[in-house]
Amino acid sequence: MARDAGRGESHGRGAPGRPKKRSGVLGVALVRASAALAVAILVFIVGYIMLRGARLMTPRFLFGSPEKMGREGGIFPSIVGTVVLTLSSVAVAAPLGIGTAIFLTEYTREGLFSRIVRFGTESLAGIPSIIFGLFGFLFFVIRLGMGWSILSGSLTLAAMMLPTIVRTSEEALRSVPDIYKETAYALGASRWQTVTSVVLPAAMPGIITGVILAMGRAIGETAAVIFTAGSSLRLPKSIFDSVRTLPVHFYILAREGISFENAYGTAAVLITAVLLVNLAAYYVLYRVSKRRAGGI
Amino acid sequence: MSRKERIAEAILTVVGLSSVAVLALIIFFIFREGAPFFAEVGLADFLGSTRWSPGKGHFGILPMIAGSFFVTLGALVVGVPLGLGCALYLSEFAPKRTAAVLKPLVEILAGIPSVVFGFIGLTVIVPLIRDHLGGPGFSVLASSLVLGVMILPTMVSITYDALRAVPQAYREGMLAVGADKWQTVTSVVLPAARSGILAAGILSMGRAVGETMAVIMVAGNATIIPTSLLDPVRTLTSNIALEMGYASGLHRQALFATGVVLFVVIGALNILARSFVRNRVR
Repeated sequence: MARDAGRGESHGRGAPGRPKKRSGVLGVALVRASAALAVAILVFIVGYIMLRGARLMTPRFLFGSPEKMGREGGIFPSIVGTVVLTLSSVAVAAPLGIGTAIFLTEYTREGLFSRIVRFGTESLAGIPSIIFGLFGFLFFVIRLGMGWSILSGSLTLAAMMLPTIVRTSEEALRSVPDIYKETAYALGASRWQTVTSVVLPAAMPGIITGVILAMGRAIGETAAVIFTAGSSLRLPKSIFDSVRTLPVHFYILAREGISFENAYGTAAVLITAVLLVNLAAYYVLYRVSKRRAGGI
Repeated sequence: MSRKERIAEAILTVVGLSSVAVLALIIFFIFREGAPFFAEVGLADFLGSTRWSPGKGHFGILPMIAGSFFVTLGALVVGVPLGLGCALYLSEFAPKRTAAVLKPLVEILAGIPSVVFGFIGLTVIVPLIRDHLGGPGFSVLASSLVLGVMILPTMVSITYDALRAVPQAYREGMLAVGADKWQTVTSVVLPAARSGILAAGILSMGRAVGETMAVIMVAGNATIIPTSLLDPVRTLTSNIALEMGYASGLHRQALFATGVVLFVVIGALNILARSFVRNRVR
């Protein structure tokens, strides 16, 4: 690091005493412009979809059944499918992810074993969703005979969101001050008691934020879901039924040119869901940071 | 240790291995399904031939390898400078309050579903290219623009972390000897953070290579090696997603073999990125 800094200085532009103002002004302007552009892109995407799709978000569209392959009618089965699929994948991934994070932070020292666990988690995070889709299709749909179903889809999604939950939970657990744990141990608490009654409650808001963000990603996932949960337009009756989630429905409407009108409507619902989920995550985090600042 | 303690520890150890187990299962199943194909068709014909027509028994994925390469390169050209600028602004120039609002916004961009990016590309970018630059509009250029925006959150957040990890004393030292903020950033902060920035670039590359649905919607998906920015392309990921629905037999194995190639590329990129991050920690 120190060497880097030294080298940087010898490359430095001009003597530090005489700032070269002009290059700086242009540079800062470019940096500002790129930040502004990124925000503009986000605003454009959300605005573009909402302007065209928001008026379609009527009760009849939201709670109606699709007709003529989605050309007419509503998207209720897809909304139900997306909600059920997302919640069941969280139900699987959250215990595993939080458990892994507890194991990494409280039950093991840095060593070969923790390195293997970390390698697994990080590698999983880099795998593209289409590979998860292929795997889910081979393993859950075919090998385990679950067919195209909510079950196959949610297990595949759970595998996909695992690394996110591990990482955010680990961060939350590590940010719990050591003094909490030391106090608990000093009072004679066992490790498990310390984890469940002191560490977890203190880290919970951070963990919840991470889980909600992972959920937000799961809602919009397409490639992994289309090969595992299928694309049935019927309202699912059990977890063994196939569903067509909102992003899959949207993709099929747009790509096969079935109805751009309903595609905009579906996208508006999707964007609204993603924004609400993100907002919820930040709300949890915001309330906690406020409480921390005032309280503890 | 009480019995409860031991049970808790045993359960957590097993749970801790879940992600490793999933990774092992993925590798096992993808490779097992793809391996027989390599034995039958041969690696040279698969990777080196430009002819992909599964109906006639031709399985050359060179156009798709080239497609993924060009599209990823284009995405990096668009996304890396933009992401770097964004991260620099957030970390070095933005007032605290502005940064506190901007950072969540960039993270929301990460939450926008890839099909939505693809759709915007399809309804906005593709017609723009078709009308003003010519060609079918479905092109390397359209894919690069869409992917460039999609890798932005990855690029920004990892670069931001790398910039924040540069000790404050470095900045203060430069400012103390009379350098202005821009000089401080270019001559001290950026060089100190460069391995982290490199890692951000490589991980963004992984994102671009692996993206599927958005690319399918704007790339045109022709199995030819593109010769201009305006030519249509098909990527490795699109190849799998487009044909998986109806493929069977050797054709299906060929798609899994495409998955193996994709997996190897992504794996190599991740290991590369990790080695840069580790260097920084040392």
